[in-house]
Amino acid sequence: MKLITAVVKPHRLDEIKDALQAFGVQGLTVTEASGYGRQRGHTEVYRGAEYTVDLVPKIRIEVLVEDEDAEQLIEVVVKAARTGKIGDGKVWSVPVDTAVRVRTGERGPDAL
Amino acid sequence: MPPGITLAADTPQMSAANTGFMLICSALVMLMTPGLAFFYGGMVRVKSTLNMLMMSFISLGIVTILWVLYGFSVAFGTDHGSLFGWESDYVGLGGIGLNQLWDGYTIPVYVFAVFQLMFAIITPALISGALADRVKFTAWALFVALWATIVYFPVAHWVWGTGGWAFELGVIDFAGGTAVHINAGAAALGVILVIGKRVGFKKDPMRPHSLPLVMLGAGLLWFGWFGFNAGSWLGNDDGVGALMFLNTQIATAAAMLAWLAYEKIRHGAFTTLGAASGAVAGLVAITPSGGSCSPLGAIAIGAVAGLLCALAVGLKFKFGYDDSLDVVGVHLVGGVVGSLLVGLFATGGGQSKAQGLFYGGGLEQLGKQAAGVGAVFGYSLVASAVLAFLIDKTIGMRVDEDEEVGGIDQVQHAETAYDFSGAGGGTAPRTATAVPGPVQETAQSAAPSAQKNKKVDA
Repeated sequence: MKLITAVVKPHRLDEIKDALQAFGVQGLTVTEASGYGRQRGHTEVYRGAEYTVDLVPKIRIEVLVEDEDAEQLIEVVVKAARTGKIGDGKVWSVPVDTAVRVRTGERGPDAL
Repeated sequence: MPPGITLAADTPQMSAANTGFMLICSALVMLMTPGLAFFYGGMVRVKSTLNMLMMSFISLGIVTILWVLYGFSVAFGTDHGSLFGWESDYVGLGGIGLNQLWDGYTIPVYVFAVFQLMFAIITPALISGALADRVKFTAWALFVALWATIVYFPVAHWVWGTGGWAFELGVIDFAGGTAVHINAGAAALGVILVIGKRVGFKKDPMRPHSLPLVMLGAGLLWFGWFGFNAGSWLGNDDGVGALMFLNTQIATAAAMLAWLAYEKIRHGAFTTLGAASGAVAGLVAITPSGGSCSPLGAIAIGAVAGLLCALAVGLKFKFGYDDSLDVVGVHLVGGVVGSLLVGLFATGGGQSKAQGLFYGGGLEQLGKQAAGVGAVFGYSLVASAVLAFLIDKTIGMRVDEDEEVGGIDQVQHAETAYDFSGAGGGTAPRTATAVPGPVQETAQSAAPSAQKNKKVDA
């Protein structure tokens, strides 16, 4: 199994979710995150005091998939997340040893 | 504050209309203090929101009690040496009859006392904005009590009390430009020079955590300010209160637009904080002046105040004093602007015959205004700094650095402002028997739900 993690622009969430559902993904986890890449942050002004806000809001999406689906699923996520502008985010995958479905105790791919 | 209305050879009779109006105005001014709490509370970081709210709110408690015991007597009792009042009938508000009218007016003493009480409450609360994030709550409570006693009550007497020196000199302060705003702004400056900056001032970002809360507070202040200003004429027999009401709206609008225009040109955006701050700057500046200027004069006063206050809020970074929420930049500067501009814009057709420079009155009124501004500023600055110094040397003004950095709310109030966490709180019994897998139910796993539901992990 692989864990696919995508850190993307918050407003792309619905597109990505729909694309993943269409691909057949049964479940995912979304976390509100903040961070920066080459995009860096932005500047805010409060009563004339300028603040550089480095960490901008992002969404982290995590999906567990079987090994053979991983490459294709990454493509699906990247396609749905892309706007072509700076700050679109990153997608990566890592190997996963095991997974357990809490309710039934099923393990491995059966738990997905 | 008007000179007593004397109807030809008559003693004034109680007016139900004026009395009702003034009771409503008193309630409006009361609402300004929670409004101020929101205005300030939204501007601090999440970790000190409650402390900021409470610094204003506590004044509703402390000053009310002091006012009943002796505050009203010191502020509005029989004059002693033009500096303070004292009237034994006013102590405990005990010797005042139900039908006893405030001298020369058509409203009962009780109504005048409760209206003025609301001013005494909000003035120390205004100071709190400069002291965000770092003052021990007990020290603040003590400061409020001492400051009201030593600074506000006497200064209110100077400015509004019969026999008070500024009142007799002819300083025009319709509703509190000197007694409330310069007084609070100078006090804020005095205290922060003693207690110093927040940890991380100029280094760490200190963004307002909730601008909607700031806007809500500004809205409540604007609303309540109609009572504060129009009510200060103590009745509606001659239209001056209506002029004040109108000018309050006009100057506030002008100041908001001026601040926003400055911001857009200087920083490239119309900010909500700028709109809220500009409105408050306009309200402050029209407070002393609205009863004596024309509607066009109110536009000028508001616009000048909005612009100068927008410039003034940057000074703290230049000079390195931590006026956290710009009490000096908005209330002191706005109060000074409004008080001095009376000397230019007084038409002679409003609350008094005194005319400003632009209406052929020469420099005389401007000189009187400057005397009032200078005296209140000097006295409040020094007295407040001394009070803060004494409290600092005894019980200490500031919380520990760790407590300040970690968040004053938890340390001083044992609460946190917001809980958005969805985690925790699950005490429903589990259907352990339904688990078919390798998970083994143990005796321990049921134990947590048996605990009393008091622990919160946020």
